[in-house]
Amino acid sequence: MTSYDVMPATELYQPVNIEDATALAARLGRKGWLLGGGQDTYGWLKDRAKRPDAFIDLTGIDVLKGIRSLPDGGVEIGSMTTITEVAQNPLINEKFTLLSAAAKTVASPQIRNMGTLGGNLCQDTRCWYYRRGLNCYRAGGNICYADSPEGMNREHALFGASRCVAVTPSDTAPALVALEATMLITSASGSRQVAAEDFFVGPATDILNMTALQADEILVSVRIPRKWADATFYHEKVADRNVWDFALVSLCAAFKEDAGQITDARLVAGGVDCVPHRLREVEQAIIGQPRNETTGEAVKVRATSAATTLNYNQFKVPLMQNLVLRALRG
Amino acid sequence: MSTRLSRRRFIKSVIASGVAASATSGWYSAAQANRPAGTTERLISLNINGRTRRVDVLPQETLASTLRYKLGMTGTKIGCNRGECGACTVLIDDVTHYSCSMLTHSVRGRSVTTVEGLQAADGTLHPIQQAFIDELAPQCGYCTPGQIMAAVALLKDNPKPTRDEVRVGLSGNLCRCGAYDHYLSAVLRASGQST
Ligand SMILES: Cc1cc2nc3c(=O)[nH]c(=O)nc-3n(C[C@H](O)[C@H](O)[C@H](O)COP(=O)(O)OP(=O)(O)OC[C@H]3O[C@@H](n4cnc5c(N)ncnc54)[C@H](O)[C@@H]3O)c2cc1C
Ligand code: SF4
Ligand code: FES
Ligand code: FES
Repeated sequence: MTSYDVMPATELYQPVNIEDATALAARLGRKGWLLGGGQDTYGWLKDRAKRPDAFIDLTGIDVLKGIRSLPDGGVEIGSMTTITEVAQNPLINEKFTLLSAAAKTVASPQIRNMGTLGGNLCQDTRCWYYRRGLNCYRAGGNICYADSPEGMNREHALFGASRCVAVTPSDTAPALVALEATMLITSASGSRQVAAEDFFVGPATDILNMTALQADEILVSVRIPRKWADATFYHEKVADRNVWDFALVSLCAAFKEDAGQITDARLVAGGVDCVPHRLREVEQAIIGQPRNETTGEAVKVRATSAATTLNYNQFKVPLMQNLVLRALRG
Repeated sequence: MSTRLSRRRFIKSVIASGVAASATSGWYSAAQANRPAGTTERLISLNINGRTRRVDVLPQETLASTLRYKLGMTGTKIGCNRGECGACTVLIDDVTHYSCSMLTHSVRGRSVTTVEGLQAADGTLHPIQQAFIDELAPQCGYCTPGQIMAAVALLKDNPKPTRDEVRVGLSGNLCRCGAYDHYLSAVLRASGQST
């Protein structure tokens, strides 16, 4: 398939207030393309795999930028805040290092300088068959190239597959699910809030979209409640290279401990499911246990008890188990 | 063509005439005709290396294309054109960006620095450029402008980095020749530290 250096003719709107942006999004619907830093956008157009009529550049809208503390002790992050800012922000580094640690592992320094948190959360899957513009299920067709006898599916899902076996590419999404964040969404017809866990959707719910956003909706900000501010965190991302490569498996964990026992925990994996994958069985099994190697050895298999492997991704099973062990070892 | 005309010159003039021709070509004017009213102004002013440049920019044009093919500033390289190599790295308000993966229209009102903008008015090279030469850092040189821009941004932020900090600072720039270690030494030398 041909790939081009230049993008095809596309309109560009650069609104400076949110009302103009939502009006444009409502008018253009799926023919419009919201633009953050564009790092998950231009490749689609250069490859002619997706062809919006117009970009709606959200980066000129000041209210979508910045990080502020909330009265309850949580933080709110505007969707157009860059990933570098998220990684370096003192508030986040003080209370929610799980998110800053995850943000530091996104792509490369330059991509973090340009890419936004909103774009990182709303980015599309990296399945290369789909990326190359093949007419697979996710593109509206009726075949999955990855889950076929010859399919190259080393990077694909262990959980939650339904015709499509693609995984979430976002490094920040599992951290926000672990921290029980809420997404603030707006459109010309009103605003709503969605829990991070419900914001990401798998193929059984909607095979064409990775998030609960409608075509006319804009992600305004992400709110992280105080709840996990004093927890201890563990983050690890395993990828082929430390720069640029997406997670083969990543793990974001938050633990609350009291008198040497775990009282509450959230463990969320990236790269193994179409959505950030919560390890509920592990979470339940470790309540009341000490956070140590023995607990880790005892519960790690529960991380993958529901896994369905494909031809080339079996390695993700021991990888996930070992990440759980390391998270519990602390 | 005169045999004394260097290849670089020749490429430049072809590029320049290419711009003139494309202004009336079907592709260019068709893109113009398709534009609904009220959207982005095409003739814009950019601040590049401290100078104001007026340039006609398509809505979907990337900064790397504008620099190279509209302004003839070929110091900025295009390697992958997909945000995966760093050859096209430029500074926007002193922060590194991949110019292949950003719209030129998004840098209006901001200051763009390319490798051409580093040397002093009298032609003296920037200390980082000089250190790259002194350390014989580049091999083929294709990734070098991008590496230099990443190094400039790094030393502005952190004038005395450790070798590991340089490694992180330059981690968004691939080198197919594998000259990484030489680049690290050159950046340390530029920062006044022995290597
Ligand atoms: C070479 C390369 C390597 C990468 N490696 C990683 C990696 O290791 N980890 C990782 O997590 N990511 C990685 N990425 C992805 C990159 O981090 C994301 O693409 C980037 O963060 C997206 O941010 P953006 O603002 O540039 O997104 P954009 O491209 O601007 O937007 C992405 C998508 O989100 C939508 N969108 C953006 N903002 C909003 C909003 N406010 N409301 C609703 N929809 C919105 C857009 O319409 C678009 O569909 C990589 C990308 C590249 C090119
Ligand atoms: S995994 Fe999903 S995105 Fe990839 S080819 Fe199959 S249906 Fe398409
Ligand atoms: S050319 Fe821009 S990153 Fe490779
Ligand atoms: S010197 Fe050849 S690519 Fe870096």
